[in-house]
Amino acid sequence: MLFPSPHEGNSPARIVITGAGIISAFGQGWKVNAAGFRSGRVAIRPVTLFDVSRQRVKVAAEVDLPATVPPGLLPSREMARTERAARLLLLAAHEAWEQSGWQTGASFPIVLGTTSAGMSLGEAMYRQAVAPPGSRRGQPTRVRHYQAQRQAWELAGAFGSSGPITIIANACASGANAIGHAWDLLRHHRAERVLAGGYEALSQLVFSGFDSLQALSPTQCRPFDKDRDGLALGEGAAVMTLETLASARRRGAEILGEIVGYGAATDAHHLTQPHPEGTAALAAMNAACESARLSPDRIDYINAHGTGTPLNDSAEAAAISRWAGSRAANLPVSSTKSGVGHLLGAAGAVEAVVCLMALREQWLPPTSTLRQPEPLCSFPIVREPTDARLEYALSNSFGFGGANATLILRRWS
Amino acid sequence: MSRIFVRGVGAVSPAGWGVPALRELLAKNQPLPSVEQTRPDWPRPIRVRSVPAPPARPGFLSHNRLRRTSPIAQYAVGAALEALGGDAPRVASGALRLGILYCVMSGCVNYSRRFYREAWQDPATASPLVFPETVFNAPASHLAALLGTTGINYTLVGDAGTFVQAMALAADWLGTRRVDGCLIVGAEELDWLVREAFCLFDRDGILSEGAGAMYLGSQPAGPPALELTAITESYLFATSAARAEAALRARLELHDATDRPRADLPEPEVLLCDGLQGLRRIDADEYVAWQHWSGPRISPKRLLGEAFVAAAAWQCVAALDELARNGYQAANVSVVGCNQQAIAARFTKSNLDSVAAGPT
Repeated sequence: MLFPSPHEGNSPARIVITGAGIISAFGQGWKVNAAGFRSGRVAIRPVTLFDVSRQRVKVAAEVDLPATVPPGLLPSREMARTERAARLLLLAAHEAWEQSGWQTGASFPIVLGTTSAGMSLGEAMYRQAVAPPGSRRGQPTRVRHYQAQRQAWELAGAFGSSGPITIIANACASGANAIGHAWDLLRHHRAERVLAGGYEALSQLVFSGFDSLQALSPTQCRPFDKDRDGLALGEGAAVMTLETLASARRRGAEILGEIVGYGAATDAHHLTQPHPEGTAALAAMNAACESARLSPDRIDYINAHGTGTPLNDSAEAAAISRWAGSRAANLPVSSTKSGVGHLLGAAGAVEAVVCLMALREQWLPPTSTLRQPEPLCSFPIVREPTDARLEYALSNSFGFGGANATLILRRWS
Repeated sequence: MSRIFVRGVGAVSPAGWGVPALRELLAKNQPLPSVEQTRPDWPRPIRVRSVPAPPARPGFLSHNRLRRTSPIAQYAVGAALEALGGDAPRVASGALRLGILYCVMSGCVNYSRRFYREAWQDPATASPLVFPETVFNAPASHLAALLGTTGINYTLVGDAGTFVQAMALAADWLGTRRVDGCLIVGAEELDWLVREAFCLFDRDGILSEGAGAMYLGSQPAGPPALELTAITESYLFATSAARAEAALRARLELHDATDRPRADLPEPEVLLCDGLQGLRRIDADEYVAWQHWSGPRISPKRLLGEAFVAAAAWQCVAALDELARNGYQAANVSVVGCNQQAIAARFTKSNLDSVAAGPT
C-alpha cells in the first residue's frame, strides 16, 4: 500500500549512498568526471546536435555519447528506439548499479528529475506531423518514447524493478528534488532502497528557449563573475543508489557518503527571475540545515546553483551571505556549471555527485572561468584546484517557476 | 498513523467551471456532445470535448502572473481555488503551510508546440514570452504566486495514475508535519498535436481537457467528514498484457486492504468510480478487473472523454462529491493509466465524533 504505509518507523533512518553514476560533457563515469571537476576543465564547445546557425549563441556542453551501451541492459530492439536522454540515464544508472552491488529483481522506487524528457523525439514527432503528405510512419514510437515515464520504465526494466516511479519536473531543481524526495521516502521508512537521479539531453526547443530569453552567455559562462553575461547549457545524467544505513550494513556494502539534509521552497517572485534577496533560496538552505540538525558553520563547501546569469548569481550570493552570516567569510563556494554547463533537470543530481566526489577525495572543484568576483559575494569563490578537509557539503539548485532545493551530504569515514 | 481528510474538491471540465457542473453532468448521465476539429493535411477530423468559456471572467485572471498563461494554467488555478475554498486567505497570511502537487501527462503542450514551431522555423525570432510557459511546472508556479505560498511544490509527470500517487505523497507530507494542508491538482489542455498522438493509439476515443483538484488536511472541513483510507501500490506496466494484470492487482489489493474477503461481494454502500470510456479495446483491462463489482458505479470518462491526469482527478472529485451528497459509506476509485501504472484508492465517510479536534 502506498497509503497507509505499512512501513512506519519511530525515528528517521540514516540514508547512505552506495552507488553513484555520472555522465557529462567531461565523459562517462566517476573517474573522468572527478578529474574534470577537480581540475576545473571547461567542456563547452560548438553545438553539433542541431542547427544553431540562426541562434545568438552557438555553444553548449555536449556529451560524446558512447556508440554502445552496456549489453543486456535492454533488448536490442528496445535500445534502438531509446532517445538520447534515455541513454544518458541508462548509462549513469548502470554505473551506480554496478557500484552498489544491488541485485536485479528487487523492487524499489525510482525517483527521477527531468525538465524535457525525450524532447528531441517530441520535436521529431512535430516535424513529421506537419510534413506533407502527413505520413505517420514511426510516430507511435516517437510518442511512446519521448515521455518521461517511458524512460523511467526502461530504467525499471533494465534493473528488474517493479516499484513505483515518480518523475519530478521542477525545472532546474528537478534533480535535487528527486534525490531529496528519495531521501524523504527512505528516511520515513517508506522504502529501504531507492534509485534516484536526474537526466537531461540537449534539444533545439530548450536551447532556443534559453537563447530567446538571452539567458545564454555569448562569451563564456562565468558564474559569480562581476561581468557574467549568462549560462551555458549542458546535458548528462547522474544517478545514485540510496538506501538506509541498516540496509547497507546488512549487505556489507561499501558506503560512499551520506545524505543528511534536504530542503525545498518556492520563490513566488517571478516565473523566470529569483527574488533579488534570494528569500526562497535562503528558506531552502535553512530547511536543509534544520533537517540535518546542522548550523551553517558546520558546512565546509557550497556547490552553488551559480548559473552565470546576472540575476541568479546575485540573488544566490545574497542568500548565501545571509544564511552563512559570519561563516561566509571563509566558506568556500563554487559553481561547476562553468565546466559542464547547466544540465537543467539533471543539474541537481550531477552536482550532488560532484559534492560526493569532493567529500570522498577531499578537494574543492573550482570555477575556473572566474575573473573578477561579483562584489555581492561575501564568501571566497574557489578558482583553482584545491585540496581541502571536508565533512559536509551543501548543494543548491534553483529553477524556473521558483523551485528551490538544497541537499546536504556528509563524508563517510 | 495520521488520518487524512478531504477538505475540498474542485473541477474544471468540458461540463463547465466548478464541481456543480460536473455533478449535473453525472446526474444526467448523458455524454457531452463532442465537436469536430480539423487542421490542414489531416485526413479526417478529430472529435474533442473542450472546456467552455467560464460564465464570467474569473477574477484570478487579472493577476499579473496569469494574464499570459495557456489554458492549462487557468484550468489548474480554477480547480485549485475551488478546492481550497475559504482556506486561501490563511495560506496568504502564512497561517497555513500549504504544499502543492501538480500532476500532468502532456502538460503545457499548446505553448510548447507554438514555441517549437517558431524555434524550428527561425530561432532568431522565437518568442521569449512563450518559452517560460512551456515549462512543466509553470502552472504550479503561477498557483503558488497567486496563493502567496512559498512552501514545497512539486510538479509530477506521468500517466493518469500519477494523480493518485500524488495523494499518497500528500498524505506523507501531512503525516510528517511538513505541511498543514496539501493541494493536489491534475490538469491537461487540448492541442492538435496531442490529439494526433492520442489517435495513433485510440482512434475512437474523444480527447478532452480541464483540471481537477483535491485539498487534503489532517482535519475534516466539516460534516460529512471524507477520509482518505487507502491507496494501493502503483502497479507498473508497459505492455497490454501487463496492463491487464496491473489493473487486476490494484483491484485485489484495494479489496484486501478494505477487508472485503470476496471479490464478488455485493457492496450497495460502496460506490465505484472507474475510468471506463465505453470503448471496448481501451476499457478491456479495467473492465475485466472490476467485472464482478455489483455495487453502484459511475464512469465520468464516458461522459467527458479522455483527459489523462485531469480525468483521474475528475474521477476522484466525482467520487467524493457523490460520497458527500448521497448515502454511500465509501467510494473506490480505479485509475488504469495508458502507459505507466494501475492504482486505486478508497475514501470513506467518517464519524466526526471519532475525529479529534485540532489544527488543520
